[in-house]
Amino acid sequence: MCATCGCDSGSKTTYKLLDKDDHDHPHTHVHPHTQDHAHDQDYSHPAQKTIIDVEQDVLSQNNLLAQRNRGYFEGRNILALNLVSSPGSGKTSLLERTLNDLKSELEFAVIEGDQQTTNDADRIQATGTKVTQINTGKGCHLDAHMILHALQGMKPKENSVLFIENVGNLVCPAMFDLGEKERIVIISVTEGDDKPLKYPDMFHSSTLCIINKIDLLPYVPFDMEKVKSNAKKVNHHLEIIEVSCISGEGLPLWYNWLKSKVLQPETV
Amino acid sequence: MHELSIVMNIIQIAEQQAKAANASVVDEIELDIGTMSGIDMDSMDFAWEQAVKQTMLQNSVRKVNRIKAKAKCLDCGAEFAIEKYYDACPACGEHLLDILQGTELRVKSLTVS
Ligand SMILES: Nc1nc2c(ncn2[C@@H]2O[C@H](COP(=O)(O)OP(=O)(O)OP(=O)(O)O)[C@@H](O)[C@H]2O)c(=O)[nH]1
Ligand SMILES: [Mg+2]
Ligand SMILES: [Zn+2]
Ligand SMILES: [Zn+2]
Ligand SMILES: [Zn+2]
Ligand SMILES: [Zn+2]
Repeated sequence: MCATCGCDSGSKTTYKLLDKDDHDHPHTHVHPHTQDHAHDQDYSHPAQKTIIDVEQDVLSQNNLLAQRNRGYFEGRNILALNLVSSPGSGKTSLLERTLNDLKSELEFAVIEGDQQTTNDADRIQATGTKVTQINTGKGCHLDAHMILHALQGMKPKENSVLFIENVGNLVCPAMFDLGEKERIVIISVTEGDDKPLKYPDMFHSSTLCIINKIDLLPYVPFDMEKVKSNAKKVNHHLEIIEVSCISGEGLPLWYNWLKSKVLQPETV
Repeated sequence: MHELSIVMNIIQIAEQQAKAANASVVDEIELDIGTMSGIDMDSMDFAWEQAVKQTMLQNSVRKVNRIKAKAKCLDCGAEFAIEKYYDACPACGEHLLDILQGTELRVKSLTVS
């Protein structure tokens, strides 16, 4: 058993999804409770019904572990950043550029979330940065529990920046707090300008939006002003930075943002 | 499909509570799910049907309170119902809103035996 969180093991099989045909009752939606539970003998449970007021947040377990991670980060002055985007928007590319350009100034560590491969982790490792790969299998998002276990193995240095590249998916990572300080949503100009309206939860829960691949602006229909105003409608606190990981345009703005977060003293 | 992991969390919470009450069956479960909680109810139904098999919730009657989202305009103070984060204030047309309710995702109560 895992001593830190009490889970059964470090295993990835967190979900029990039984196969369609392994059970013999019909698949109606909500099963009407008609049988009346007339277990005459042998049943130890009391016959009368008890009502329990639960009032518990469904994500409370994740939120609890996220708070634990947050405490870990704060205690070590680690700036943890959760990078989310659709598949292929440029999360890994942005990290590669950033690590190469800033590694002489800042201490970095990276957690890579991916369903199957270690391709992204290999790309990060090539920059000389410490990286841990989490393969989620079928899981389409990282959760706080996975981060906790990744941290146990990697022990990022004090006063460092920890990038967490989430699984490419703009839907469910929005619901799972990892304990990060800031959430950064990345979109690219090849994705269409209605992204913020289609995936409002993600834009609402992020603090910075990076619009990537602006080198391609001449070739694609992408209304920059419209995207920005859509994003602001969803989240009026959202900061927006335009970059290209290929040409390097806009990256200094991103680097300034990053450094300002690192230097920022403990907020009240 | 985060609805599956959401359902797994719900089952975990319910079974924990039921066991603590020395019960072996969850007869009814009542959930609060806000209209802006990020849950797609069709996906939820699908995931539910699969995930409750061979659990204490296998035959549970599920009651869902859909809590309608409401926001307050930070410009003019009006309170109104919304469906999306980007809805405008019907009074002044601004988008500076704070969500008052509608993001709930909660196990409210259980009936166990
Ligand atoms: N033209 C252009 N291409 C880019 C830019 N940034 C990334 N790309 C390309 O976009 C593709 C995807 O980039 P990645 O960095 O792997 O994207 P990702 O978000 O990490 O992808 P997943 O991890 O699979 O979700 C690669 O072929 C990159 O070379 C950019 O600024 N401009
Ligand atoms: Mg990647
Ligand atoms: Zn664990
Ligand atoms: Zn997911
Ligand atoms: Zn108003
Ligand atoms: Zn605000």
